[in-house]
Amino acid sequence: MEAVLEKPVSIPGFTRPLKSHEMVLNMGPQHPSTHGVLRLELIVDGEIVIDVIPHIGYLHRCFEKHAEHMTNYQQVIPYCDRMDYIASMNNDLGYAVACEKLLGIKVPERVEYIRVIMAELQRIASHLLAIGTYGLDIGAFTPFLYCFRDRERILDIFEHTCGARLLYNYIWIGGLSHDIPTGFEGKVRDFCKVFRPNIKELNDLLTYNKIFVERTANVGVLPADVAINYGASGPVLRGSGVKWDLRKNDPYSIYDRFEFEVPTGTGEMGTVGDCWDRYIVRVREMEQSLSIIGQAVEKIPTGDVQSAIPKRIRPDSSEVYVRTESPKGELGFYIIADGTTSPYRVKVRPPTFVNLSILPAMSRGAMIADVIAILGSIDIVLGEVDR
Amino acid sequence: MIPKEICDAVKAKFAETVLDVKTEGVLDPFIRVAPGQIRDVCLFLRDDDSLLFDSLMCLSGVDYQGGKLGVVLHLHSTKWNHKIALKADVQADNPVCQSVESVWKTANWHEREAYDLFGVRFDGHPDLRRILLPDDWEGFPLRKDYTLPEYYHGMKVPY
Amino acid sequence: MKELLIGLLQDEVLVYVLMALVPLLWILPFALFAVWWERKVAAHMQDRLGPMRTGGWHGWAQTIADILKLIQKEDIVPSAADSRLFTLAPFVVFIGTYAAYAALPFSAAYVGTEINIGLFYVIAVSSLVVIGLLMAGWASNNKWSLFGAMRSAAQVVSYEIPIALTLLAVVMVVGSFDLQEINRAQSGSILNWFIFQKFPFLFAAAIVYFVASLAEVNRTPFDIPEAESELVAGYHTEYAGMKFALFFLAEYANMFAVSMIAATMFLGGWNSPFGDFLAGPLWGAFWIILKGLLFVFVQMWLRWTLPRLRVDQLMYVGWKVLIPFSFAILFGVGIWVMVGS
Repeated sequence: MEAVLEKPVSIPGFTRPLKSHEMVLNMGPQHPSTHGVLRLELIVDGEIVIDVIPHIGYLHRCFEKHAEHMTNYQQVIPYCDRMDYIASMNNDLGYAVACEKLLGIKVPERVEYIRVIMAELQRIASHLLAIGTYGLDIGAFTPFLYCFRDRERILDIFEHTCGARLLYNYIWIGGLSHDIPTGFEGKVRDFCKVFRPNIKELNDLLTYNKIFVERTANVGVLPADVAINYGASGPVLRGSGVKWDLRKNDPYSIYDRFEFEVPTGTGEMGTVGDCWDRYIVRVREMEQSLSIIGQAVEKIPTGDVQSAIPKRIRPDSSEVYVRTESPKGELGFYIIADGTTSPYRVKVRPPTFVNLSILPAMSRGAMIADVIAILGSIDIVLGEVDR
Repeated sequence: MIPKEICDAVKAKFAETVLDVKTEGVLDPFIRVAPGQIRDVCLFLRDDDSLLFDSLMCLSGVDYQGGKLGVVLHLHSTKWNHKIALKADVQADNPVCQSVESVWKTANWHEREAYDLFGVRFDGHPDLRRILLPDDWEGFPLRKDYTLPEYYHGMKVPY
Repeated sequence: MKELLIGLLQDEVLVYVLMALVPLLWILPFALFAVWWERKVAAHMQDRLGPMRTGGWHGWAQTIADILKLIQKEDIVPSAADSRLFTLAPFVVFIGTYAAYAALPFSAAYVGTEINIGLFYVIAVSSLVVIGLLMAGWASNNKWSLFGAMRSAAQVVSYEIPIALTLLAVVMVVGSFDLQEINRAQSGSILNWFIFQKFPFLFAAAIVYFVASLAEVNRTPFDIPEAESELVAGYHTEYAGMKFALFFLAEYANMFAVSMIAATMFLGGWNSPFGDFLAGPLWGAFWIILKGLLFVFVQMWLRWTLPRLRVDQLMYVGWKVLIPFSFAILFGVGIWVMVGS
């Protein structure tokens, strides 16, 4: 039953003026579930969502402009940390790998092994946070604390190594900032031993809980071809059944030496590409990361972690685009060098920026509670979306 | 397919549009095309069976200085696992490029960002608005000749 | 007791008012205790400690500190809110819960008022809460509060039906609505408690009643109206200070009221599990409070374990699962009683 509005109301980003029974709900920049400062404008008809218009940019800190004004390529690394602040090691790794390709540097074996261990530990930490906060969004308060208890163990290992818990500035171009301390291998092995049964506990508590499955299965289905066209990557793409992992399909560093599987969504609880699939891909990826860490920690060779760090970084005019697999997806760096010591252009291709653009397509026709579930399954970090 | 074959296939089909090709001596081989016909090239790249570039990895804006801006696309094929870059140069005083949003939906937000930070207007984009900066911001910050405004809504900008 | 006070004060109206305030003597300390207990239960289930410092031993004075903080907060009424409804809403919610305590028997010797339609009165008067929730959501002039209020109204109204039907099954066995009568019918031994009688019907009735009562008090998995991660705080988003404290008080009072009804109807009320041993007026109060606290503990346990249902799934569970079960139970118990007599 539509009344006629005397003055049509238009919302920027929405294709037509509002009808009288439609309501604009604002999940404002401050909201318990939007994982940061994200503003979602929901156009709803009762409980059914007609469209979602995301507004981003609240955390824009001009990373790309800063990078152009740094006097040195190494000085950009602390800024890289702060993009995806949940998974800083992987940001640093992406930038370092890109610069090393630009400069043609080959890093020592010891550095490669330590980088892989750090990146995989960080992947587990990032997924733990994603899973914990996802449970919180769905209403389960306890798995959040169990996940953080395990995440604390990883952050303790990081603090032992480089002194920082969240933003490390650890992986430098050509090497690392600190060598691993004595006792590092022991701590990592202990962590692996303690963490494996905790994944089972998490599965018992949250993953196969009937209410959780009801809330997430068949919700926010993303078909595989739509996912690829929208540029999805990481668990969002793998949850739709596409077996695509940059560590295997476009290898960088020494990932081709390790045996691990790439979990994909199979529609086990509902449809392929629903929220549950994206969630279970993250849980299974944690197990695979444990396996990689277990293999790597046995074989760390000796060497000097700072031997390949160039004293002066002045690449010739050239440009490169390198992508690495961060926990959120494909993190790409497009670096243009102009022959001076500071970069000419550093463009970051953030995985969550692209994954977030799929949110409106996945949420049309869902209910408001489902939008929260879908947003949680995409796992965004606003620091990376906005840079 | 190796980059040379890809470039030859594109050059064969779009002889007038392709301005430049570089496969040797660069880390990322690229094809330079005219900005006004980039969509047809992209449609060909996406739909041709031997090319099948179904994934746009990244679309970046660049300020080349000297009155020139550029748009750089990095493409990738999940089936054949090959990559190519496309470049399109536009004039800084009237930067218009064709939008490839209808080819790859991911370009929607990437082009909005290029518009927001460089001012490149994309012809055919359904919803070209600023994305990272506030809607009423003036200027295009990532241009090399950008100066900060003094005040924004009564707040002093440079500190 | 009433006569004693009338003799003392010579003023009947004053005495009635004083007697009406007696349940407050239970509700206020219980709410203080329950908030602390909930935080401790939550903490230990989440592998942490909870309040440890306020007052010394395991932070027992935490709630007192919280109440003092809430009392001295500024009383904010949003300028666009309907201020009369806004102010009245927490009181209506509290009155709806409080009035139920008038008929709840705390022991064989104490009941606020012994009426022969006790159960009917309790169920009827606790429905007033819905009006208060709707007032709060509407008067806040906030779309999110409105959503919370609408969902809450739908939920509470829908789940009253399984509650009424399952309690009706017990009433059929006893033959009376009078709560003291229902208590007396379960005296003797633990096997007389209704949860073990007419097996399996009344056992199923207890479970259905407990699940439906979770929805009545807006506890997880039915806490959509105050779903923190979706609606910020649902219908009580805009409330601050003492009004918020009143909502909280009403929620805990309601939790205990439904737990006490469950204890009365299914777990023998103020009867001791050992028959005559440890029975008597004061012991009766001890037993029913213990049983009520047991149900409150299970409610808290479920809150920290289960995720929450989406609103349409919640309505599905209420209308398409619990109500058919309730009808089946009612039917089964009815036939049993008819055949037995």
